[in-house]
Amino acid sequence: MSTETILHGHEVEESVHSHEEHGQHDHHHEESFLTKYIFSQDHKMIAKQFLITGIIWAIIGGLFSVLFRLQLGYPDQSFPFLEDIFGKWAKGGRISNEFYYALVTMHGTILVFFVLTAGLSGTFANFLIPLQIGARDMASGFLNMLSYWFFFLASVIMFASLFIQTGPAAGGWTIYPPLSALGQASQGSKLGMDFWLISMAMFIVSSLLGGLNYISTILNLRTKGMSMTRMPLTMWAIFFTAVLGVLSFPVLLSGAVLLLFDRNLGTSFFLSEIVVKGEILPNEGGSAILFQHLFWFLGHPEVYIILLPAMGMVSEILSVNSRKPIFGYMAMVGSLFAITILAFLVWAHHMFVTGLNPFLGAFFVLLTLLIAVPSAIKVFNWLTTLWRGNIRFTPGMLFSIGFVSLFISGGLTGIFLGNSTLDIHLHDTYFVVAHFHIVMGVASFFGMFAGVYHWFPKMYSRYLNNTMAYIHFWVTFIGAYLIFWPMHYQGLAGLPRRYTDFSNWQSFNQFADMNRFISTVAMVVFVAQLLFVFNFFYSIFKGRKVKSQNPWGSNTLEWTTPITPGHGNWPGELPEVHRGAYDYGKDGREFIPQVEPIGADESKH
Amino acid sequence: MSGYLILAILVLAFVVIFQIAKASEYVSVLNGREKTFKQNNRINGFLFIAFLVLGLAAAWWCNDMYFKKTLLAQPAASDHGEKIDFMMMLTIGVTGVVFLLTQILLFWFAFKYQYSDKRKAYFFAHDNRLELLWTVVPAIFLTILVGFGMFYWFKITGDAPKDSQIVEITGKQFNWMMRYPGKDKVLGRKNYRLTDASSGNALGIDWEDGASHDDIEASEMHLVVNKPVHLVINAQDVIHDVGLVHFRLKMDAVPGIPTTLWFTPKYTTAQMKQITGNKDFVYEISCDQVCGSGHYSMRGVIIVETQEEYDSWLGSKKAQYVIVKEAAVPKANDSTATVKAPVTSQPLAQLK
Repeated sequence: MSTETILHGHEVEESVHSHEEHGQHDHHHEESFLTKYIFSQDHKMIAKQFLITGIIWAIIGGLFSVLFRLQLGYPDQSFPFLEDIFGKWAKGGRISNEFYYALVTMHGTILVFFVLTAGLSGTFANFLIPLQIGARDMASGFLNMLSYWFFFLASVIMFASLFIQTGPAAGGWTIYPPLSALGQASQGSKLGMDFWLISMAMFIVSSLLGGLNYISTILNLRTKGMSMTRMPLTMWAIFFTAVLGVLSFPVLLSGAVLLLFDRNLGTSFFLSEIVVKGEILPNEGGSAILFQHLFWFLGHPEVYIILLPAMGMVSEILSVNSRKPIFGYMAMVGSLFAITILAFLVWAHHMFVTGLNPFLGAFFVLLTLLIAVPSAIKVFNWLTTLWRGNIRFTPGMLFSIGFVSLFISGGLTGIFLGNSTLDIHLHDTYFVVAHFHIVMGVASFFGMFAGVYHWFPKMYSRYLNNTMAYIHFWVTFIGAYLIFWPMHYQGLAGLPRRYTDFSNWQSFNQFADMNRFISTVAMVVFVAQLLFVFNFFYSIFKGRKVKSQNPWGSNTLEWTTPITPGHGNWPGELPEVHRGAYDYGKDGREFIPQVEPIGADESKH
Repeated sequence: MSGYLILAILVLAFVVIFQIAKASEYVSVLNGREKTFKQNNRINGFLFIAFLVLGLAAAWWCNDMYFKKTLLAQPAASDHGEKIDFMMMLTIGVTGVVFLLTQILLFWFAFKYQYSDKRKAYFFAHDNRLELLWTVVPAIFLTILVGFGMFYWFKITGDAPKDSQIVEITGKQFNWMMRYPGKDKVLGRKNYRLTDASSGNALGIDWEDGASHDDIEASEMHLVVNKPVHLVINAQDVIHDVGLVHFRLKMDAVPGIPTTLWFTPKYTTAQMKQITGNKDFVYEISCDQVCGSGHYSMRGVIIVETQEEYDSWLGSKKAQYVIVKEAAVPKANDSTATVKAPVTSQPLAQLK
């Protein structure tokens, strides 16, 4: 018996579903390579395109953080190989200041937008919406394809900006003018900034096309019996995410366009009374703070655009693997809704120390801390979902539990920062870095990993390797805390963000050993992510094959499709839904799929 | 060389992990999936509880090592800072309890309710009383935190006392410039178009305004202990931020939009040297808003001293207007040059 047969079993079993596949293909035109893999309008293929593009970006963005952590951890050492690769940006094997700021800026931009927005909601919204609501595809397959290709275009422009002579944007991912508006003020504000703005404009078009499609699909294409309140929580989360994106991204677009005007057409939207490097500029009457309002009106909802899909997927995966209903389904939907509304009303909490009117600030404090209430509801509901369950630690489940832990840790530090009095002290220190990396960065990544591990069998009809998954989880989980927990202490010592070097400061030079430790752990964690990437691509081709239609024993509709669904998802009629998605452990039965009619003697709940 | 070595080790580790991972797949097929699943489940369940215990121990250890290096280990150097420190401890207390409670429950549940053949999951879809409980209780605690926060926020951002000392601080890439109003206690008018560092007017002061004639410029900030200070904050090129960690305060410096900040320093620099046990202690101004390639080096110094020390320092300084005029005198002998600064002075009442 060859090893292949050990892993993949006998051919007989496979021929069953491959027959189904063929049966389905008969109804469609023969697809060429180009229409099937490149310009595909099948939501499942578009999802994979988003995911793989996101993975490539994540490697680049993660690598950037390793590079600047090298500078922070080992400020007095030189690494000759850096000069070999980066030339003038790392003269003498040391990362130059300009390079450091470019790395920090691109790390933020790439991970926030290209990975955690496009890579996360692009992937799972596309993949899960039609499968979980029982639709053949998105409302508009063409717009959906366009959404990916605009994202691709944005990616190409952003990637190109890494190679221009003056470097990419370097004013922080928040690109506050006047720094980002004046080429004289910074290398990174020259051509690189124009590339950044144009790339983001393309990105916004992509996310609007995607978002409108998600909303209309969820509202219009639900299968028979799938009322809104029977939808899995992933659907609710993605729905609210799309609403947030559609209403807030255009505001960033306006900011980006005005900034392009200020840069290239001599307008003064954000510029006033400026003397830069001895040169007196003619601009008067603009407001640099206006840009911050425009930016954060997207920027804050953006945090939830990143986090909500992760919350939705975690809710689903926790429930499936605890073999229990999600606790308080309606409260979960309600808290998602509350978070969505509040997300629009708190943007100025990023601006407490800009000279904002203190009276106005008070309202933003109140509304910001109000978010803690729906967040608390979610946390306690997740905990209660685990309580008295029968938990299977699949890799997806491990990442979901990790998500809850990180969401608690990062959420609680938000209570510090949202209170303006404390923000005066903590603003723009490492406390903020620790806070948002845990709650938005790592937690959302955990949601994304959970989703990939959970739905990979549906995507590629194969499993990811479990052993590598366990190593990936534990190294990442432990590493995340080792990196970001100590950073709170740096924040409480007042260390400002975005400093390349602290050695000249009397107040900030006491953490050299901690920085070295954090940098070392960051590298280990980065390598663990490469293990995941390897596992991902290896398993697409060589992973253990999925042989049962519903490997997790899950209620939702995607597991009623054939093991390898074709374009159109269900071979025959669309399934009809008779119940909510969370009847686990009901009436002594382990799970009851949504397609099963309510039994005559079934208990009500 | 060592670079290649590290690379080789990494690749090797990768190959080893991959081989183990692959082998474990075969083992699980041969042993039966069921058995492997149970084994993995037990290991992961144990790791969660181990993570909780070791994690809490590590957090304790981390605190032990680093608490003394934070600002919480030394008193705040301003009255506002004391309020902020109190808020900080209160918030740490409240969130700390929630943190411990929820994390312990999370990992304990994960461990306790891991898969077992004997257990059936308990069908528990919702409970209005429980949900109400964890809506109301967090809301109450948050109200308390918001209440304290707002009370202090309005105190800190409220009007500065009338007798405050006024100091203007202006940020530019990558240093800070200070200006003191002189005897008239009024800062002279500025016009950014007059900025000309080469002729001694780096701040763009309008010499036409008589109030500017006794203004004193310096590169360090001198403050009097226990006397409120009212900072007027400007930026010339891009946004900067006046970060005053020891006073627990910060405020952005925005081009075109002056901002303000006031506080009362409580300890002189000399006293802080004793309190912190650091003979090199110095109050530093850090730039806390990214402002370009030299952002990390944009450092300013504050010297807090007694009234006498301050007076004698101020007495030793010449008004900038005088410095500029003196520098212009030799040129005045040259018939083609004219004195840039007109001597006319305007009534003080016209200012502010």
